[in-house]
Amino acid sequence: MSTIAMPAPDASILSRKDQIVAALAEAIGAEDVISDPVETRAYECDALTAYRCPPLAVTLPRTTEGVAAVMRVCHQMGVPVVPRGAGTSLAGGALPTADSVILGTARLRDVLEVDYPNRFIRVQTGVTNLSVSAHVDADGFFYAPDPSSQLACAIAGNIAMNSGGAHCLKYGVTTNNLLGVRMVLADGEIVELGGAQMEAGGLDLLGLICGSEGQLAVVTEATLRILPKPEGARPVMIGYDSAEVAGQCVADIIKSGLLPVAIEYMDRPCIEVVENFAHAGYPICEALLIVEVEGSEAEIEDQLGKITAIAQSLDPVEMRVSESLEESAAIWKGRKSAFGAMGQVNDYMCLDGTVPVSALPRTLRGIGDLAAEHGLRVANVFHAGDGNMHPLILYNANTAGDLERAEALGAEILRLCVEMGGCLTGEHGVGIEKRDLMGNQFSESDLEMQMQVKDVFDPNWRLNPTKVFPLPASETRRNRA
Amino acid sequence: MSALLTPANEAELAETVADAAASHTRLRIRGGGTRSVIGQAIETDTTLSTDRLTGITLYEPGSLNMVVRAGTPLDEVTSALATENQHLAFEPMDHRGLLGSNGTPTVGGMVAAAISGPRRLAVGACRDHLLGVRFVNGRGEVLKNGGRVMKNVTGLDLAKLMCGAYGTLGILTEVSLKTLPRPETACTLAFPGLTVAQATDLFCAALGTPYEVSGAAWQNGTAYLRLEGFDLQVRNRATQLQARFRDLDSDRIEGAGHAALWRDIRDLTAFQGRDDTLWRLSLKPTDAAPLTSHLHDRLGAEASLDWGGGLIWLSVPAHHADPAPVIRDALAPYGGHATLIRAPEDLRRSTPVFQPQAPALARISEGLRARFDPDHILNPGLMG
Repeated sequence: MSTIAMPAPDASILSRKDQIVAALAEAIGAEDVISDPVETRAYECDALTAYRCPPLAVTLPRTTEGVAAVMRVCHQMGVPVVPRGAGTSLAGGALPTADSVILGTARLRDVLEVDYPNRFIRVQTGVTNLSVSAHVDADGFFYAPDPSSQLACAIAGNIAMNSGGAHCLKYGVTTNNLLGVRMVLADGEIVELGGAQMEAGGLDLLGLICGSEGQLAVVTEATLRILPKPEGARPVMIGYDSAEVAGQCVADIIKSGLLPVAIEYMDRPCIEVVENFAHAGYPICEALLIVEVEGSEAEIEDQLGKITAIAQSLDPVEMRVSESLEESAAIWKGRKSAFGAMGQVNDYMCLDGTVPVSALPRTLRGIGDLAAEHGLRVANVFHAGDGNMHPLILYNANTAGDLERAEALGAEILRLCVEMGGCLTGEHGVGIEKRDLMGNQFSESDLEMQMQVKDVFDPNWRLNPTKVFPLPASETRRNRA
Repeated sequence: MSALLTPANEAELAETVADAAASHTRLRIRGGGTRSVIGQAIETDTTLSTDRLTGITLYEPGSLNMVVRAGTPLDEVTSALATENQHLAFEPMDHRGLLGSNGTPTVGGMVAAAISGPRRLAVGACRDHLLGVRFVNGRGEVLKNGGRVMKNVTGLDLAKLMCGAYGTLGILTEVSLKTLPRPETACTLAFPGLTVAQATDLFCAALGTPYEVSGAAWQNGTAYLRLEGFDLQVRNRATQLQARFRDLDSDRIEGAGHAALWRDIRDLTAFQGRDDTLWRLSLKPTDAAPLTSHLHDRLGAEASLDWGGGLIWLSVPAHHADPAPVIRDALAPYGGHATLIRAPEDLRRSTPVFQPQAPALARISEGLRARFDPDHILNPGLMG
């Protein structure tokens, strides 16, 4: 079995299941509470499927007040709450424990306000990422963060994990596009931070909430910045015979003053699988870059000219500038199907350690060496412009011991990212997956300070208590609860 | 008896703070001292300066990242970035002219006070370009958070919390900043003879186009729209915008004088050297016109706009001893906030400098300060 431990459930909570469920049903209505063990199974895991545990109950409130009512019940009855967006977390952020109540945002689906002159949209946080952009698309606007799970993932989860996507180099991540939230504290109190204006007053609590993985509050409404859509966009695909040269190309493009909306990177193991699956016409080489720029036709032409000149000077094995919508789609097709293609041929574990862009080639070499040592294959497909790596560790879930070996390699890779001046996770979150690696990035005092921040918001440690912080570090606080 | 503490490095600073905590000595934290009059007046005789914590510890232009000690003069950072044709894109304002202060702005002071400028509209604020921090909390512990990369969700984001905390949660010792390429060229369209209402209409329309306006300010009846980027891009976009707003008179400002224009807008030259109280209001752009009109009628207040109307600078004649209640009452229906930036010291004692917070938020902020600085020695009371 797998290597990440979860604490034993609190027997006194399990024994009170009927009373707790009754109180929840009274608070928000029985139709929004799930307690049948067959039905709660649907909530036993998120996208980190190696770890599963059905919760005590699931609540799906429809309003902020409903969320507050659930939180009050759990607060009064001493029950842990695990917030859940769409359940697409790759880090186990929404993994329940048997003694916890899932607080799902699935029924918080309303768009509350759209304001084009002031360029914002206010939504309930259960809406999906893509539906936000879809809502304003016809009027020429979009919401910039675009994680690859955007069809399914909820804004609630985006805020919890400070999600990014392919276009962060230009548009930033969730925290740079979030103007305000309405949220519920662990005791059920409703609080608002920020608003439609560009700055929230006082301490930057909004910045603290974003990326806090459901540790501090449950965000029920969000005011998001929307942007006018660019006139057009076109990519160029560039292949190199070495990771170093591809890394050099990325650095040279960035230094030139160009700010492409995306610089995507695929290595040979990934290109081979993707080409076999999607037939995108990729050259089989060591490193493939897809660089996309935006603007009017003339501006795109101008910028692509500058990029191809930089790329050409580094002697690419192939370079193809898209000349049409069809060619753009073909170039992106392989990249966008990479995860699916990989899933067809292998089980894989996807990491998202981030390193400074200049350290990419060294990190890739290091990952290759580590993979060889562990006897596993790793394919790399990632956002090179911001250094957000996505090494896919390939393993076979049916082979005994393979998952454990993959996890051990994953831990080594993430330690390497930290050594290179980077971090454990760029956008997936710590969850349970990287919880026990936090000591590699932070000192005991660093973690203690972060836990004291949680103490302020959630003094009894009832909100997602087994995540983010190493279990031994949080043990006293969790047991005090 | 007043004392000036000038620790030579981070370790010494931590020791100094630990000693101060042990003896319950309140510390006024000073970077370059150019913004020391912002905030609630502090009662203490002991000042801790970061001016010996200097130097750029790491600069990787290809990674768009600089790590620099907190006491480093901003000029030094700007010069180093310029050699690589980069800059701090959020365009931090220089308060010396406005506040009549001397000294030199430091990187730590800029982050502690969350200072941005006109380009904040397009690229985000200081906090959006702050990748990581090292700081010493009120217990004298050296802590770090964030790092050197722009995508990072490893642990709670205390770096954001430190930005704009005015040293009340900890003393910054080192910051890691995102750097960006300087635009190749720039051009500004000036639209004279506009009211606040006409200017905000223009801003809202222009910012709804795909032309990536990087500055939208209004001063003395003229609205300015700035475009930056590659030559062809800027020329195209200026032409498009002029065509779109052809009903309004407009001039193009380019070349010599362009940088000076935006420096004047950034540093609010128009409001320098006045005997007034100066307020900084943040609200939705479409609320700027009714609010400024109301406050002009009530207080004779004069306004200047930035960030497409989302930021209002308000100069209130000095004969209004405390205009805070009028300003904040007027602002209440719009949900923004107002901060007192320039005022006589007695007003900074008697009236809330920062927008009073809802009880729950005030309680959380107080709780955080109690954890970061249990002995209340770091700029105590500066933020209220």
